[in-house]
Order: sequence, then C-alpha cells, then structure tokens
Amino acid sequence: MTAAPGRRRASAPSSTLLFDEPGPRGRRRIRVATVVGALVALALVALAVRQFAANGQLAADRWQPYATWPMWRYLLGGLWSTALAAVVSAALAMAAGLALALGRLSHRRWARLPAGAYVEVVRTIPALLLVYLVLFALPRYGVDLPLFWKLVVPLAVSNAAAFAEIFRAGVLSVERGQGEAALALGLSHGQSMRLVVLPQALRRVLPSIVSQSVGLLKDTSLGFVVSYAELLYSGKVLANYNGLLIQTYIVVALIYLVVNASLSKLARALEARQPRRRTAGAG
Amino acid sequence: MSAILDHLPEFWQGLVVTLELTAASFAGAAVVGVVITAMRVGPVPVLRAAGTAYVEAFQNLPLLVLLVLAVFGLPEIGIEAGLLVTSMVVIALYEGAYIAEALRSGVNAISAGQGEAARALGLTFGQSLRHVVLPQALRTVVQPLGNIFIALTMNTSLVAAVGVVDLTAAANRVNLLEAQPIPIFVGAGLAYAAVAAVAGFVTGRLERRLAVAR
Repeated sequence: MTAAPGRRRASAPSSTLLFDEPGPRGRRRIRVATVVGALVALALVALAVRQFAANGQLAADRWQPYATWPMWRYLLGGLWSTALAAVVSAALAMAAGLALALGRLSHRRWARLPAGAYVEVVRTIPALLLVYLVLFALPRYGVDLPLFWKLVVPLAVSNAAAFAEIFRAGVLSVERGQGEAALALGLSHGQSMRLVVLPQALRRVLPSIVSQSVGLLKDTSLGFVVSYAELLYSGKVLANYNGLLIQTYIVVALIYLVVNASLSKLARALEARQPRRRTAGAG
Repeated sequence: MSAILDHLPEFWQGLVVTLELTAASFAGAAVVGVVITAMRVGPVPVLRAAGTAYVEAFQNLPLLVLLVLAVFGLPEIGIEAGLLVTSMVVIALYEGAYIAEALRSGVNAISAGQGEAARALGLTFGQSLRHVVLPQALRTVVQPLGNIFIALTMNTSLVAAVGVVDLTAAANRVNLLEAQPIPIFVGAGLAYAAVAAVAGFVTGRLERRLAVAR
C-alpha cells in the first residue's frame, strides 16, 4: 500500500509526456471520459452478470463450495505442488543457465559454440513440445520419469536458455574495467569472474530473474498436460468431480493472479532499489 | 524420416493452423496493445488505472489457465464461439498486455519535446499520439515486438492442450500412429524454429530500416 504513491511519482515525469495540466475545459473532458469509461465498465459487468444469471451459474449453491475449507485445502495442496515444481525447475534452470552463460562468454571455442547453439535452439522451441518429447519420446528409450520430473525437466530445459541470456546480459553490463582490475590484481580468470564480476552482475539482473521466475511459475500450468497435480490440474480434477467448471477455473485463475502479482511486485520493488545502490557505489 | 514424409499433409495442416493462429492473434494483440497504451498514457486517471490493471492481470495469469477458462468455462455461461476463434481471442488478449507494456516503454523513451511540440502545434491528444508519438515509439520497440511475436508463436502451441489441432497437436497425433517420437518432434521443433528465424530476420531488417538516428 505504501509503495503505490512512490511508484506513481517515480513514473510520473515520463507518462505525463502527452498532456499538460488540464484547464477548465480539459477537466470537463476528463470528467466526461471518466463517466463514459465507468459506464462501459458497468455495462461489461452487467453483461457478465446477466450471462452468469441466465445460465444459472450465479446460484448460491454453485459458489458455496468455494466458501468451504475442504475445497480450498485441495486447491492449496495444488498450489503447494505448483510451488515445488516451480522452485525445483527454477533452481535447475538457473544453475544450467549460469553454466551456459559462462560458456557463451568463454574464450574457449568448445565451450562457446555449444552453449550458444543450445540457447539459440531452445529459445525457439515451445515448452509444450518439450513436454511432449519427455512424455512420449523418452519412455520409448527406457527413460520413464516420475510425473513430477516429467514436468520439471522440460521446464528446466526451456527456461535454462532464458536464464542464460539474463545472466549473460548481466555480465556484459558490468564495466570492463572491473574484470581488468581484478586481473591486474593477480586474480585468475575464474577468480575475477567469481569474486568480482558475477556478484555485481547478479545484483543487477535480480529483477529480471524474479520476473523470469514468474514466467516459469506460469509455465508450471503445463502440469495440466502432464497430469501432475499442480494447481491447474487440481482445478481440472475438482471441476470434473463437482461439475462447477467456470467457478473452479475462476478461483484457480484468481489464485495464480494473487501469487504472481505479489512476485511481480517484489520484482518491481527490487528494481526500484537498484539505481540508488548503483549511484551510491559509483559516488 | 518416412514417419514425417508419410504424414506431410497432417503436418502441413497443423502448420497452417499454427500460422493462422499466430497471424490473427498478433493482429488482435497489436490492436489491444495500442488501445491499452493510449489509455495508459492519456490524461484520464480512471482509464490509466484500468489500462494498468489490464496489463497486470494478463501478465500474471498463465496463458493455459486463460485458455482452459475460456474453452471449458465460457460455454457454461452460454458463450460459445468456435474452438479456434476462442483460442485466437484469448491469445490476442494475453499478448496484447505484453505489446502494451512494450509500447509504453517506447512512448516513455521518446523525448518530452516531441509531445510538447505536438501540443504547441495545436494537435489534440489523439492526433499527437497518432501522428507524432506512436510512429516514433514503434520504431524504438521493433526488437521487443519481434521477441513478443516469437513468444506468441511458441505460445500458440498451448492450444494443443485444449484440443485445437495445431502443429504441436499434429505432431503428437502422428507420433501416436507411428511411434517414432524423435524425428517427428524434432521435425515440428524445426518448423517452429524456422518461423522464429524468419521473424527474427524480418525484425532485424525492419529495425535497421526504421532506426532513428539520434
């Protein structure tokens, strides 16, 4: 709550680019636009309510279950599985991404070329196709993973490429002088990367890492295809059990929205802290 | 290899559906993105808040959840469009939020003098947006828009999970018949990579052509 005014003020100079402080006529127009906008919104809500009511979906007994604990316990169990899958695949993807980024930045050809090829190829393959590959191709070659890993492995494989690009951008954004100074102090290449360049790079890309993790959390909804009982698949099972399709999916969507919006807010908070720290360091 | 050659028609059909979905939803997303951007940079607080809420909501919901909600949920309240049309609309609404965010950063990147000059010439908000601001903003975000296009192409594969027979679903079906997953899925992957490569090439060319020297 307290962050909101600060954020608005921070973005104000750029986003008020297109209009001056409104005069009397401008204010009248803004009032008209506000009323019209509110009316359109009301009309949309009324239309939605009418559709729900006309099809009997507003009846209390169709929403009542979601005021009871067992339903929520089941869905929160799904959310827990979502979190587990997201955390494990994020950890794997970040580790692989870091290795790939360092490989791509390496002076050695045998490290640079494969890492570059991996990133470029995997970036252009849909995650769902990788999921199908793990679901249907691997068992034919004797690799039948447990459900959890059938979801985590493809997500880690596809997100590793994205994390690699984030880490690489971070390392490239650190001034050359930092690495050169470390070398001049007698540190080896590995030491200068580990002790001097990477700590600065990671700090800079922290917001991107958080927002990519939100993307990864969204990708875990592919558990729907794998039939791993994360949030969306739990919703499907629940909807098939109690027949409340739209209610269940709306509740599931709201849970995703709340969780991801909180994480995105964290990313923005981290981003807002960044420049201060950097100028402090430079000064 | 013969697994692919024997089923070329199915693959072709799937590829056509994927390309149709990509083109139609990108066009829709562009319209949504421009409208939301106009709302967010305009002077009406209510519309700015609504635009921001839209972007927040759609960036934080998984596309698959939206697809499932629309495909299985909406018929429950009497809204039934075809499977393909529903998917197109959902993808357009979803990616529209990303385009809006990219465009807004483009609008913020152009110098304040441009907007001031437009107003000094007596252009209204809509005119200055249409003739002065958006054309410049678009040029600065060609690369991000290209990335969104590629992400959208990849995301269209999710429609396979709700029953649309696109390239991914076609590959899956052929694999169920032929049971040769490696060549089939690699073939489908190459097709996606080719679409992405073309998109990358085009945006690269466009960016060089449209670059504004500052």
